[in-house]
Amino acid sequence: MNQLKRIMGVLWMLLAPVIIYFLVMGAVHNIGAGNKDINKPIPWIIIIAIFTPIALGLMIFGYYSLKGEYDKLPESSEEI
Amino acid sequence: MADTSTKGIGKVIFSSSLGTLIEWYDFYIFGMLAKTISVQFFPEGNETAALLSTLAIFAAGFLVRPFGALFFGRLGDLIGRKSTFLLTLVLMGGSTFLIGLVPSYKAIGIAAPLLVLLLRLIQGLALGGEYGGAATYVAEHAPANRRGYFTAWIQTTATLGLFVALGVIMVVKSNMSDAAFTAEWGGWRYPFWISILLVGVSIYIRLKMSESPLYAAIKKEGKLSVNPLKESFGHKGNFKMVLLALFGAVMGQGVIWYTGQFYAQSFLENTCKLEFMQSRSILLWAIALATPFFLFFGWLSDKIGRKWIMLTGMLLGVLFYRPIFDTFLKDTDIKKWTKTEYSFIKEEMKVSMHGEDSVLQISAQYQTPDQSKFTRVVTDTLYKNRDELQHIVNVNKNAVFINKEINSTTYYKFIFLVWIMVIFVTMVYGPIAAFLVELFPTKIRYTSMSLPYHIGNGVFGGLVPFLATLLSTTFVNDPLVGLWYPIGVAALCFVVGALYLNNKIDEDVND
Repeated sequence: MNQLKRIMGVLWMLLAPVIIYFLVMGAVHNIGAGNKDINKPIPWIIIIAIFTPIALGLMIFGYYSLKGEYDKLPESSEEI
Repeated sequence: MADTSTKGIGKVIFSSSLGTLIEWYDFYIFGMLAKTISVQFFPEGNETAALLSTLAIFAAGFLVRPFGALFFGRLGDLIGRKSTFLLTLVLMGGSTFLIGLVPSYKAIGIAAPLLVLLLRLIQGLALGGEYGGAATYVAEHAPANRRGYFTAWIQTTATLGLFVALGVIMVVKSNMSDAAFTAEWGGWRYPFWISILLVGVSIYIRLKMSESPLYAAIKKEGKLSVNPLKESFGHKGNFKMVLLALFGAVMGQGVIWYTGQFYAQSFLENTCKLEFMQSRSILLWAIALATPFFLFFGWLSDKIGRKWIMLTGMLLGVLFYRPIFDTFLKDTDIKKWTKTEYSFIKEEMKVSMHGEDSVLQISAQYQTPDQSKFTRVVTDTLYKNRDELQHIVNVNKNAVFINKEINSTTYYKFIFLVWIMVIFVTMVYGPIAAFLVELFPTKIRYTSMSLPYHIGNGVFGGLVPFLATLLSTTFVNDPLVGLWYPIGVAALCFVVGALYLNNKIDEDVND
């Protein structure tokens, strides 16, 4: 199981830039293309600004997984 | 040994839940009265006002809540749970009340949307601190063997908030004409003003409550955190757990919750074109009948652990969302309805002048043999000096079908299907407060659990409608394509949770 956790870590790390890429491409294609919320720049700026740190968090999560940081979860606060 | 004392826990739950109920009440009245609010504060045709409107709706929901979680979470760990979530309650209820006092755009111009935006931001910030406080406060009072059950009471407040909001709006609306309700200082403001009564009662009750015993104990021992933000997110050991909470539980919980309780209604109303009252009553029945299951799954999580209940809720969403929503589409498909002979009920014709020409709208209501009803609307421009009838014949193929009323068999079937989706919500949401509380140490618990919770709910959950629209405008041939977002997020969360989370209940949260 620990081996699988570490392998999956690579996937989480790769997923983060893919998410950011799709959001930026979505913004490029949709801004100004109509009159819905999706065509306004503000929601996109907010979403990209919020999702970028979350995606980076996913990347860090992947890195920790790869390094075996989640092999054993702490059982008390002293272990944290 | 686990503490099994439950003395006074009812009061603790009541006082904590009341604040969360107000939080939901505020959330729902803004949503339910959005159309009236936008007319009063954000007039069409003004780009600045439109920008402020977008910000007011988006920023408070997505941008501000996680910041509120950080700010009030930190405060909760520094000065105490009781004082902090008393403050969030005052700010949240107070800003809702003040929205009801802002003069309209007609009266004060651009200051109106600016004030509403400011109050929405305060509301969003306070909201970010409220839930974490309530969950922590209840969990730190609850005995270890019933923590899931007692904290699950807080999760039922979303339903109660919805019913109180709906009840207040319906009572106000039924006692005045539509014109009086939508007037500048009309009835639509009353639900905002009533918020102050709820806040008053809640403050009175909360002032009488004592500090969380676990927090009081570590305060007495001088073990309080000096810098909860740094300890929560700067200390690797704890930050690891914050990431695990977000990607292994809360992210999936957010999308399952939003899809079951909100997207379902929007889909029935906007995609299936179901009649307004019918789509609402379907959701209300489903939510009301599913609400006790928050308590059931909270209770069950005390017996068998939190992890697999939450993950099963996510997995069921992943597997059943497309078949359920596909059934909604098929059962309201007008091609199927008009295959057999259907009877005409009534017809209305409206003509509105546009310069020399005019727009003609013919709405005809029909009934199918199985007692379903629908309205067929044909709109055409009538040009001066041309043959009017010719135009109507030409646009017949462009008719739209709205206000669909499903027969009673389908109606109960839809209630059942939405109920199933809300059951998934109760599975992911019922045990989550206890799960989060057990993941973090007392001295930084408020800060550590608030941020992932609000990212999961506010960002991942709140983005369901936006990203569903994005997908449906990109892939136009699949009306269910919007579901791939919640399905994808829930599936990802399921995999992370299944691999990395522990099912063990932490009996000792006093650390």
